[in-house]
Order: sequence, then structure tokens, then C-alpha cells
Amino acid sequence: MKKILLASAAMITMAGTAQADITLGVSLGFTGPLESLAPPMAAGAEMAMAEVTASGKLLGGMSVSAVRGDSTCIDAAAAVAVAERLITSDGVSGIMGAMCSGATTAMLTNVAVPNGMVMISPSATSPALSTVEDNGLFFRTAPSDAAQGVVMSNVILERGINTVAVTYTNNDYGLGLANSFQAAFIAAGGTVTLVAAHEDERADYSAEVGALAAAGGDALVVAGYVDSGGSGIIRAALDTGAFDTFVFPDGMVGQALVDNFGTEIDGSFGQFPGTDSNGADIYHQMATAAGFDGTSAFSKESYDAAALIMLAMQAAGSTNPADYAQHVMDVANAPGEPILPGELGRALELLAAGQDIDYVGASAVELIGPGESGGAYREIEIRGGKIETVRFR
Amino acid sequence: MDILNAIVVLLNFVIIPATAYGAQLALGALGVTLIYGILRFSNFAHGDTMAFGTMIVILCTWGLQAAGVTLGPLPTALLALPVGIALTALLLMGTDRAVYRFYRRQKAKPVVYVIASLGVMFIMNGIVRFIIGVDDQRFDDGERFLISVRRFRDLTGLEEGLGIRTSQAITVVVALIAMVALFWFLNRTRTGKSMRAFSDNEDLALLSGINPERVVMITWLIVAALATTAGTLYGLDKAFKPFTYFQLLLPIFAAAIVGGLGNPVGAILGGFLIAFSEVGVTYAFRKVVGYLGPEGWEPAGMMQLLSTDYKFAVSFTILLIVLLFRPTGIMKGKTI
Repeated sequence: MKKILLASAAMITMAGTAQADITLGVSLGFTGPLESLAPPMAAGAEMAMAEVTASGKLLGGMSVSAVRGDSTCIDAAAAVAVAERLITSDGVSGIMGAMCSGATTAMLTNVAVPNGMVMISPSATSPALSTVEDNGLFFRTAPSDAAQGVVMSNVILERGINTVAVTYTNNDYGLGLANSFQAAFIAAGGTVTLVAAHEDERADYSAEVGALAAAGGDALVVAGYVDSGGSGIIRAALDTGAFDTFVFPDGMVGQALVDNFGTEIDGSFGQFPGTDSNGADIYHQMATAAGFDGTSAFSKESYDAAALIMLAMQAAGSTNPADYAQHVMDVANAPGEPILPGELGRALELLAAGQDIDYVGASAVELIGPGESGGAYREIEIRGGKIETVRFR
Repeated sequence: MDILNAIVVLLNFVIIPATAYGAQLALGALGVTLIYGILRFSNFAHGDTMAFGTMIVILCTWGLQAAGVTLGPLPTALLALPVGIALTALLLMGTDRAVYRFYRRQKAKPVVYVIASLGVMFIMNGIVRFIIGVDDQRFDDGERFLISVRRFRDLTGLEEGLGIRTSQAITVVVALIAMVALFWFLNRTRTGKSMRAFSDNEDLALLSGINPERVVMITWLIVAALATTAGTLYGLDKAFKPFTYFQLLLPIFAAAIVGGLGNPVGAILGGFLIAFSEVGVTYAFRKVVGYLGPEGWEPAGMMQLLSTDYKFAVSFTILLIVLLFRPTGIMKGKTI
């Protein structure tokens, strides 16, 4: 914690003295319930900026530096304050952030849109952000939870299961995912017997599982967190024999899941954002060389978000958000030369020569609809106490 | 067959979990009620005393496990329990020396004690978090099930399964032993009788030559044993996390007050009453009714009185009702 504070303090002073040509805001929840994810995300974004600066090819050799800002995760007032500081006092040309859906919405509607600032969030997944009034200034390299709901619904139905109960962690993430899944599942002809919330950080989930068991179903969808209530629900369901098969969305797929339950959940399945492109492998190697964990959630998406801002600037030939905002979709999608992590210099060269690029990046970026990642998912199944990949969809 | 199925569902989801939870609450409420009866204040630090005792037991259990000592099918934590009780007793007596004795000499009002215990609560809370951290800790080992759901289904051929965890069975057995021992001590031994005398009328007890410091010391000793046992059983049965022990304070106090503060029998009754209402009121009785009703009459609704979100509210509703109509609690305790 102290280190982060010192680092961000150092960043602020550096930004004032280093005379960088372009500054970009890195606004993440450095404090709050997801604070452990923030450092590898910031490191990813800053790695992209360092790569571009080292290449010396952005708009005729401009350097890029980062200014960190703590948008927190749940404090909208703090998020708005930091966005105002980044734009008015630090004079950033674009913002990579924010982290959580609530903070992102607050920053976007209160500060970024009125000031005409581009924001690319690497990790805000709330479906509400797809329809928010953004004047074409907001993008995200993470898929909306609405997409995951549809994918999860397909995964379940293709296994011949058409009656499920759903429990979700009682917050924006859980509720959004549960709602989008329920809508997709019912539309596809499935039956949802009960959708019930659970609170994290409780010792005992037998009452919640009792209600879910009474509702019945062939499988239980657990839209929760593996480090918290989600595992508690599964433990109670296994102990009382309420459910044998579980469906795990992204918050549940992790090493802790098989550490906790091993072969007890064999046959259960799920999905989380993931690709089979080799961009991810290249990124992991780059991150390891740079001294941070590239496999940490949303680190890849952060690198891609920062890269997209800079590539769009090159395509527009301007650092003005109003000019480059409309180029974000062009550089992210086909047609053009595919660009993997570590090839930002080449991408800038191609753009300078007037050629098209298709930024693939670390997370196989493909922006759809209102400027959000279409989302590639990795379907997994628990076999013999291990998480095994079934396929990509 | 259907009636059997209905009974099994009810046992599996309501009666067995509520009995285990009730036993844990009862042990906690006994500690609160003893302190109230003899030291005459509501000890807000009780939940964190439980957390402290459990933490010592967990650390000890890990040590034993590392040394290869286990109890076979029983959890190793039972072996570590005496160490936990001893260290918790030391902590409580130290707290009494450092904090409560001062106020006793001042003949302070009960509300002063309560606020002091609030401070003690925060300090203990901090100690526990500092030593073991804020995360979930697992320390259960041995055989997990007395009878697992799958085995029960295979044995009986019933549609519904019944699972009894070892920790649930141990909870009930240990709680019974602790309660019997406590009542024997209070009613049959000289020290126990002197404690009851002190509780009934402090001045008379002092006149008849009872040493108040000794009574206080023994009370803390018993409270340490009860709190550590309750905390360890709760942790074995559910999970250990400092924050949930702090939350436990609410149902424990509700149990003690509903039963009648200062009345040990009331504390036990209150514990089970709170546990059964929490689980029963929030349970969805759909399956039970479906089995009992005629063929094809399975109700469409959940038959659930309250959503599980309101679990904690149940104990307070009962508390309010009891205090409105019977301010001394079910078993005639002291008025607050």
C-alpha cells in the first residue's frame, strides 16, 4: 500500500518535471475491494507506454508518460475527483480506466463526457455501460457481462441441462451477470427455478443453500467470488447434497476452486474470458521480463487499452481526444495488419505510412457495437480435480 | 415413503443445522449470562474473546498437524482445545486486572463497564487480526462426515439424502458435556454455590466471608472455557474468520436476553430458540409441503416466510417481542 502511494506520488512529481510530450491517466482502484488487482494492471498499461516511447515513432517521436490516479472501486466521489484532477491539473490526453463499473460510470458521465476526454476501461464489465450516453468517447477492452450471460447459457444448454438455480454475490457484478444469464437462458428455452443473492464474508451458507435446494434444478450457477461467498455456497451445497453439478463464471474459475474442492466438483464446468491467440503468451513473457505478473486478471486488457489510445492518436495524427476518438475502432478491428504485444513500434510505423492495422494485442481485442470487447471465452470443465480447457468460444 | 422423505428433507436442511448452530449460540450465551449474573455487565468483548480462543486453538492445531499428531477420525482441534482455554483464561484475567478491577474498586455504574468492554472488544479484535490475519482459516481435519448424503441415499433408497457432518455431531456432544459440567459445578460444588450467592446478593455474600476476587477469577476461567469451546465448535462447523465472530455477538446477546440475562437455563433455551427461528423462518418449505401434500400438489411458490437476507433480523424481531411482553426474558432473568 505504502509502496503504491509512494509510487503514485513519485509519478505525480515526475510528470511535472520530466517534460513528457504526452501524459495519459492511469486511473484504477489502487485502494478498495479489488486493490490486489490494480498494480499488475497499472504495470501493464505503463509497459505499453514505455514501449511506445522507446520506439520513438509516435507522432514523430513524442514520449508518453503515465499519471496514476486512485479511482477506488466503490467511492464515486473519489473517482470523480481524481478524473477532474487528471484532466484539469495533469492535462492528460486520454484516460486508461477506471477499474470497477460504478467508478467508471461516475467518471465518465460527470467528468469525461463534459470535458470531451477519451476513456478506455480495461475491466468495467457492467452491461449498463453498453448503453450509457458517452458521445463516442468511451471504450472498453473487457467484454460486457451481458456477453458472458449468453455464452454461459449456451454452455449449459449444450450439455443437455435445462433447469438451473442461480445464486449471485450481492453487488453490481453478481446482479448484472445473474440478470443477463437469466434473460438469455429463458430466451433459449431453459428454466431458472430460483435466483437468490448471497452475501460475501459469511461463515454459514446453509440457509441460502436450503432455499436453492428447495427450488431444485439440475445444476447450480454460482455467480460469486471463489475467495469468498462462492466457495461457501459450494461447500454447503456439497455437504447437504443439494447439488452435484455447478456452473462457474469468471469470478469462480481459479486455482483456489480446485484447491478447496478437488475431485468433489468433477463434472462441473464454466467459462471465463480467454483466448487461444499467442498474444497472451507473448504478453506473459514480456510481463515476467518487466517484473510483474502478467497472468493477473485484466492486466492484458490494461496493456491493450493503453496501446489503443496511442495507436488511435497515431492514426488521427493528433493527441486531441476529439480527433482520435473516432479512430479507436479502426485500429482495433480488421482489416489491416494484425498487431501482437511487443509490436507497437511496427504498428506506429504502418500507421504513419497510411496503412491499416488490426490490433490483436494481448487479449485478442475485437471491439463490437458501442465500443466494447466482443469477448472470447474459454470453456472449462473440472476433471480429476483439475481445471481443463474444453474449447474456446 | 413421502412422509419419510419430508422428514429427511426437514432434518437435513433445518433440524440438524439449527441444532448445531443452537448449541454454539447456547455456549456463547452462557458465557455472556455468567458475566452478567456475577460481574453485572454486558460484555461486548465476548465475540472477540471467542475469536481469540479459537485463534489459539487453530495455531495449536497447525502445530500438532505439522508434528504429525492427529486424533484419527476426530478433528485435531479437540486436542488443542485445553491450550486455547488456558491462554484465553490468562488473557481474560489479565484484562480483568488491567481494566475491570479498576472500575470494580470505583464501584462504577454498569454502563461504564459496558463502554470499557467495548474498548476491550476493539483491542482483542485488533490482536486477533494482527496475529492470524483477516482471512478465512481452515483447521478441520479427520473424517468429514458421520454419514454422507450419498451413502444415506444408497442405504435407505430414499429420494432425499441426509448428511451429518462430524463437526455437527461433535458440537452437540461437546456442548452437552460442557452444559452438564457447568450445572454440576454451579449447583453441587462449594465454589459454584458461592458464585451463585455472590450473584444473588453481593453484600450478603461478602458478609458471609466469600472472597469476591476469587469468585471473579473463577468466573473468568469458566467464561474462557465456554467462549473458546463455543468458538472452536463454530469454526470447525462453519469457518473461522475474525469478522464473523464479531457478527456472532448479535445472535448471542439476543439468545442471552431472550432466555433471561443471568439465567443459565435461559441462555441455553434462548440459543436454541434463536437458531431454530433463524433457520426455520428463512427456510423454503416447498419440498416438505410437496412431499406431505397429495400427488402432484407441489406448490408453485417457495413457501418461504422471509428471504435469507433477513436472517439477522429474525433474532432481533424475537428479541423485541420478548422484551415487550416479558422484559425479564423467558426464564425470569434480571431486568436490564
